[in-house]
Amino acid sequence: MRNCYLGIDVGSVSTNVVLMDENKEILGKVYTKTQGKPIDAVKRGLKEVQYQITDEIKVKGVGTTGSGRHLAAMMVGADVIKNEITAHGIAALNFVKGVRTIFEIGGQDSKIILLKNGIISDFAMNTVCAAGTGSFLDRQAARLDIPIQEFGNKALLSENPVRIAGRCAVFAESDMIHKQQLGHNQEDIIKGLCDALVRNFLNNLGKGKDLAGPVVFQGGVAANVGIKKSFEEALGFEVLVPPHHEVMGAIGCCLLAQEHASKNNGTDFKGFDIVHSGYQVKGFECLDCSNGCEVIEIMKDGQLTARWGDKCGKWSNNITTDQEKLA
Amino acid sequence: MKVTFPHMGNQYIATKVLFEELGVDIIVPPVCSKETLEIGTKYSPESICLPLKINIGNFIESIQQGADTILMSGSCGPCRFGYYTMLQKEILQEIGHNIDFVLLDPPQGDYKTFVNRIFHITNTKNPYKIIKALAQGTKVLYQVDELDDIAYYKRPRQRKIGEVDNLLEQFQKEVRNVKGYKEMKQLVGETKEKLMAIEEDPNKEVIKVGLIGEIYTIIEPFVNLNVEKKLGEMGVELDRSLKVSRWLTEHLYLHPLGLSMEKDIIKEAKPYMKTMIGGHARETIGYAVKYAKEGYDGLVQIYPFTCMPEIVAQSILPTIEKDFDIPYLCLIVDELTGDAGYSTRLEAFVDLLKRRREMKEDAKLLSGY
Repeated sequence: MRNCYLGIDVGSVSTNVVLMDENKEILGKVYTKTQGKPIDAVKRGLKEVQYQITDEIKVKGVGTTGSGRHLAAMMVGADVIKNEITAHGIAALNFVKGVRTIFEIGGQDSKIILLKNGIISDFAMNTVCAAGTGSFLDRQAARLDIPIQEFGNKALLSENPVRIAGRCAVFAESDMIHKQQLGHNQEDIIKGLCDALVRNFLNNLGKGKDLAGPVVFQGGVAANVGIKKSFEEALGFEVLVPPHHEVMGAIGCCLLAQEHASKNNGTDFKGFDIVHSGYQVKGFECLDCSNGCEVIEIMKDGQLTARWGDKCGKWSNNITTDQEKLA
Repeated sequence: MKVTFPHMGNQYIATKVLFEELGVDIIVPPVCSKETLEIGTKYSPESICLPLKINIGNFIESIQQGADTILMSGSCGPCRFGYYTMLQKEILQEIGHNIDFVLLDPPQGDYKTFVNRIFHITNTKNPYKIIKALAQGTKVLYQVDELDDIAYYKRPRQRKIGEVDNLLEQFQKEVRNVKGYKEMKQLVGETKEKLMAIEEDPNKEVIKVGLIGEIYTIIEPFVNLNVEKKLGEMGVELDRSLKVSRWLTEHLYLHPLGLSMEKDIIKEAKPYMKTMIGGHARETIGYAVKYAKEGYDGLVQIYPFTCMPEIVAQSILPTIEKDFDIPYLCLIVDELTGDAGYSTRLEAFVDLLKRRREMKEDAKLLSGY
């Protein structure tokens, strides 16, 4: 029987589940597309990670992160619910010694995290535009009919990259189309896009920040060797891509869950059996005041288990009394 | 005559008392809501700063309830705020509301117009009555700002999360039902006692953050997406650089006499910004330095999108961050601000501050041996 920690990162594009043992060894990891259905994705992730494990395990703690962290936490019974920035920071600190800067590019957002003396000292998230994040690259790859896995390799073949305006996703796309109609070859356009995205990232997020090495590049986009190379060219030094770069958020959750378990007894984990439960989500607009909050209700097997979205707390707070009434 | 005025945090409570004491009919605009913002955004220029949009929303919602006179204060225009009244008048006229606008700018030599405006809006020519009501209004303002201070202290320490804000929400509702200085004073007093009585959890770890930035966005909770509640419940004790009560005393009473309470702040800001550049940029810088020197754990700056003075301050704050080794987070709000991204940043910032605090305490322990 091995003691394990479960980490779940529910992002906009992918949902990642990681199972880590007490010696920080990754026993299983799942990277699955969210596809707008976070509940299904979490269930699928749990099911797949269960298949990967052969030994008998005992889950000692669970952590969730990502934009769907509250939903996932409610489903599995999480001990720690953390924001993406802290989760990514903790993960990089444990896997790369002395890391000073983290670039993280995910599906919908990109962030930069600076560390000093082993703790996060500063961070920034993209505010202006989604240009340069995973979903934009996905879209461009699909438009050019290149599998996203080969997108980065194509960029490496470029000898004469074109200059593309990367400030905004819409303009970047029309600029790319313009260059393609002029007759530039695909490799040069892709390399130009990678350069533009890196330029945009460093200008938008890295502005005024002291970017010291070692630099770690993680998140789904880190799989793209073209972007990695563009970063290295722009910075003038090597950028490291850790082995589990695409699931670093989930790994951070495992580490946070482990820390939590060392301080507290027991876990709220509801067990892997929840993959068989049926979850329904209902929403309604509360019309009791002019705020018009959109309240979300989560039903597990027909029973109301959680509510959120209201500003005043009237709905989310009286959930326990409802349960008592049902019982 | 039915007078209305824009919202700005707790200011409406004092204005309500002031007019009720004078016997003037008033309409307090409904609490700022999504609807207020939608109305405001619809009729305002797209790139104007957020406060104007909220103001317009407040006005139209009050007009729908029968208001026919609007009272606006000005400050002789250190930023776009100085043009608010003119612009708002035009906007309302364009959509067919012929409203009497009364602007109360500090008198710059022209005392006659100023006094006439006061007589007009107060519906009396008895200076004693006006001064008495003004004094009562000011007193209420200070009392309500004191409630906020108590809430800052209690929020991170409350045993049952949410208790402080339930109480304050109740208070905001009851404010609309009481009339005049006496009743208001009693209500504020009762609320204060209840707030003080809220049970504390002595084991909670509390960090201190200074809230700086543009005055309207840091004062109006709807605009800053309840930053005080969010941070408070994450275990942060706040101090806000600008308050309506302080602003009023500064601009209404002290400024015309050539006095200022802000001398210290100006002095603190001096190495970074020598002169007034408009808005509250100098105060933002000054308070940042003050909080840093007082050992606060972090700084949060909030300002409305396109606010020039705060943009200048924002470009100076990283230097202060480095000079005093104090982390700083900047949040910019407008009608497109999303709650989720905002909360994520605040959460991560609080995590960062807590870890830093832990590290510092560990280092202290080690060096103690």
